[in-house]
This record gives sequence, structure tokens and C-alpha cells, in this order.
Amino acid sequence: MSEQTVTPSAPAAAPAPAPRRALALPGFLSRSTLLRHLVLAVFAGVLLYLLTQQLDPFRNFQLATVAAYLCATAGLTLLVGMNGQLSLGHGALMAVGAYTVALAQNRFADSGITGNQVLPLSLALGVLVTMAAGAVIGLAAARLRGPYLAGVTLAVAVAVPAATVTFDETFNSEQGLSVAVEPPPLSLGLYFPNERWQAWVALTGALLTMLLLANLVRSRVGRNLRAVRDDEVAARLAGIHVGRTQVLAFVVSAASAGLGGGLMALLAQSVSPGAFSLTLSLFLLMAVVIGGLGSLSGAVWGAVLLVALPDLTHDSAQWVSLSPAVAQRLEGNLPLAVFGLTLIVVMIAAPGGVQGLLRRIGARVRRRAPAR
Amino acid sequence: MTADDVILQVKGLTAGYGAAPVLQDVDLTVRAGTIAAVLGANGAGKTTLLRTLSGLVRPSDGEIVYGGQPLRDVPVEQLVRRGMAHVPEGRGVVAELTVDENLRLGGLWRRDREDAAKALTEVYELFEPLAQRRRSAGHQLSGGERQMLALGRALVARPKLLLLDEPSLGLAPRVIAQIMALLRQLRDSTGLTVLLVEQNVRSALSVADEAVVMSLGRIVTATSADRLRDDEELRHAYLGF
Repeated sequence: MSEQTVTPSAPAAAPAPAPRRALALPGFLSRSTLLRHLVLAVFAGVLLYLLTQQLDPFRNFQLATVAAYLCATAGLTLLVGMNGQLSLGHGALMAVGAYTVALAQNRFADSGITGNQVLPLSLALGVLVTMAAGAVIGLAAARLRGPYLAGVTLAVAVAVPAATVTFDETFNSEQGLSVAVEPPPLSLGLYFPNERWQAWVALTGALLTMLLLANLVRSRVGRNLRAVRDDEVAARLAGIHVGRTQVLAFVVSAASAGLGGGLMALLAQSVSPGAFSLTLSLFLLMAVVIGGLGSLSGAVWGAVLLVALPDLTHDSAQWVSLSPAVAQRLEGNLPLAVFGLTLIVVMIAAPGGVQGLLRRIGARVRRRAPAR
Repeated sequence: MTADDVILQVKGLTAGYGAAPVLQDVDLTVRAGTIAAVLGANGAGKTTLLRTLSGLVRPSDGEIVYGGQPLRDVPVEQLVRRGMAHVPEGRGVVAELTVDENLRLGGLWRRDREDAAKALTEVYELFEPLAQRRRSAGHQLSGGERQMLALGRALVARPKLLLLDEPSLGLAPRVIAQIMALLRQLRDSTGLTVLLVEQNVRSALSVADEAVVMSLGRIVTATSADRLRDDEELRHAYLGF
């Protein structure tokens, strides 16, 4: 009995909450990080592959949408969470990727180059063009702080959809463009569900993004990003070029958003400015905050929320019998309100977001475990 | 004193924040391999002098020649590559990063990875408490450990000139003595030059070769540390004890 009374008090005596990971072989650690992430990605890939086999087409499409959002939220987490730069314009960066992919796919189709092998090429083009856009915004962003940075990125969020109207010959104004997308490869069978194929494409993109970002975060670059976020003076004195680091973060973040947007274009098979409005930018930011800014896992929760919340609010609004007029007014606005409310509740109850909450629960369970 | 000996030469340096200059027409010569103590009351401009030398504050006038080259418009992050390391007062540690990450930060820019790793090991040998807290975040450290970490972060870069701002701030006398002994040891073994800003005059003079006394943004006397320590009249005139 006496031993049992000692054990629970032991954690209180040692308040260091730092999780102990792979303490051995610090020299080998840098290589094993890549290995660990690779193993994790392969594991997740297999799991998701099995999942897509089980889900019905609609759920598969939702999963694909989550994956597309995940690219953007992961990139935004890197920028906001790891580097401390705020962006209200990631929806617009997604639009850049989406429109590039749309134009590329259509150009390929027009010139008779068909087949799904052009998909990666279009997506890569989308990423490259968004990176260029991100570099330009990043250069401006590196000179700005706080509300001024928010202002500039907000301007981007407003300007990009407006540009599609101004250059309507290329972007076809409010109607947007339809995207030429090939059906799933015939090798998969004649009646292979398109949604499952879409899910595979989007999940591949998302897994690749997560793998690359996770490695980046754990690397020297990641350390630089966090050092710049926490203390610019200390970072500079340690020899880190603050401006360059911030631009790099913006470019990487933009690349992820571009891929997300490109995938979105493929899923919807159309792009229009309405799909990439300021609301989307705000949604993205709220999603990563609710998911938890501290880690990339938070971005996963954010992406899930982005798909699940509008759906949930839509369903719950149907349970309540509303007059058609009210229902029409709520349509589209309700998710934003619910998102805002969720944000407030999460900030009060769990400032670390969903991921922070889970970590806390996990730590508590682990602390209780030895007492049993 | 030959020109080779001089690692840092400051001429007519004027700098400040906004309109009113904090430093006025400062001349300073630091020889390589010496410890120079910068002494003076609060607001004398000691910290601003260090911040101007490391580029955090832009001088409005004057010239800084470091290692034979003028430092005009050299960005802060380049200076550490040229062997000038600045440990700012109470800063220089990234609170969210772990001890290990902070120390690696100091050597990130280095091309010679092998030597960077060796420098890291040496710092851990030098500061035993840090080695025991590798995985602790910067904000979990005690004041003394934090100071060691800031110093360690600078030493990982293997500097030629160390700008040290009040390392004794808030530390126990025994820890201060250890740090001072370490500076002397580094000077003797590696030829490190130290520009040491201190409020703690006695401990600063106990290790310093040269002493510079500042008052109201100007250097009022520059002499050998021994002389300032032994000459009661001089000490009384400039330092008030």
C-alpha cells in the first residue's frame, strides 16, 4: 500500500513535462527522423488505401476534400504556427494553384495530350506558380509585422478573386473555368468509382506534403523558423538571416496551398472565384487555430473540421424547421458563424487547439497509468 | 601596439535611438587576445555600444573597423560568420527551443560540420548543467543556466571577439566567479578577445586586462585594469568607490 501512495506523487515531484523521445544516439537521430516519418507515411498510406476501399463514393469524395484542404492547412500551420507570420490570404494562394491547374489541364486537353500522367505535371505547375506568388507576397511580408502583415495578406485574398473578373478572357470571370479531368485509368477496371480515384490522387498529394513538411519542421530550417518566430534578435545574433527565413516559410507555405488548390480544382472539375473567396481564407486560418497551431497534426484536425463543420451545420439546420426565407439567409453564413463560435470555445477551453487537448488528455492518462 | 594586434578599432562613433544620441564620439581600441571591461553607471551607453558594434543599432556617425575591415552596412547575421559574437543582456536564448536546439542554432551557419559538432561537445563539457538539461526548453532554465546557454550559444560559433553584456546579472557570486574564470581561461587557451560590459566592477576588473569607463555616452577614461583597480584616486573619481 505504501508503495502505491508514493507512485502517484512521483510525477508531481518531477514537473518536467517534456516528452521523452529517442534519447539515444543523437548523431543518428537526424537520419532516423526521415526514416520515422517515412515509415509513418507508408503506414498512413496503407491505412487510407484500405479505408478508401470501404467508404462509399460520397465519403471518399469528402476524404479527398479533406486531403486537399490538408495541404493548405499544413502549409498555413508551418507559416503561422512555426514561423509566426499571419496570413489571411491563403485562400487566394489556393486559387492561384487551382487556376493554374485548370489552365494547364485544359491546355493539355486542347493539344491532345491526354491520360492521367499529365496530372502530376499540372499539379507541379500549379505549385510552381503559387510558389512564385508566395515569394512576392513573402518579400513584402518579411518587411511587415502584426496587423500590417495581416492587411497585406487580406488585400491578396480580395485581389486574386477580383483579378479573375478583370482578366475575364483567361479566367472567364465569375463563371470560372471547367477543368478537363480524365476518368480513372482503365487499368483499374471499367467501373472503378471516380471518387475513390480522386481520393487516391488527393491523399497522395496530402501525404507527400505532410512528409516533406514534417521533415522540414524537424530540420535545421525548422529550427530557424521557430527561432525567428520566438526571438528575432537572438536569431540574428546566431547568424540567421531573418528576412530570408521568413520568405522561405512563405514560399513553402504557398507551395502547399497551391497544391491544395490544384487538388481542389481536380476534385470539383471546375474553378471559380466564388470557391476561393475571403471566407475560405478566414476558414483556413480558423481551422488551423482550432486544430492546434503547435504541430502539423493540428492541421489534420483543421482540415477535417473544414469539411465536417459545414456539413454538420447544414444537417442540423435541417432538423430545425425554418421558414424558407430564413433558411436561405442562413445557407452559407451559418458555417462561418459556427466556426467563429467554435473558435471562441476552443480558445477558452483548449488554447492549444484540438491537438493540444488530445496531448493533455494523453499525458493525463499516462500519468494515471502507473497508479493502476 | 602594432596594427595586427588590434581586432577592433572604433572612431568617432555616434549612435542612439531616435533623435538623441546615446553614444557620442566614442573612440575605442581593443587588442586581440585581451579582455576589456566596459564600466559605468546605468545609462552610460555601455549596452548601446555593444549593440552598435554588433549592428543591432545603426551608428549615425563614426567608423567601426573589425579585423582590419570597416563594418559599415554589414548585417548582424553576417558578423557572427566573421567571428564576432554578441551575448545580449538577458537575451540571446530562444525560449521555445530546447537547450540542444539553442546551442545548435549558434553553429548552424558553419560549413565545417565536424568542427561545429566538436565545438558543441566542448560547450557541453564547459557547462556541465547544460549537458544534463539538453532537452529542456529555454524557458525552463534557471537564470544561471540561461546565461550559460547564451554564452554557450555564442561559443559554439568559435568567435574571435565576444561581446558580453552583463553576464553577472542576477547570478550568484559563485557562478559569476566561474564565468569570469572561464573567460580568462578562454582568453589564454584560444586567444579569445572579450569586450565585457559589467555593473559588477570588482569581478570585471578581476579578469580584465583593459578597462574603459563610460559616462553619459562618452568614454571618460581608458586604462589598464590593474591601474584602475589599484589606483584608489582614479577609481574613486570614475567609479565612486
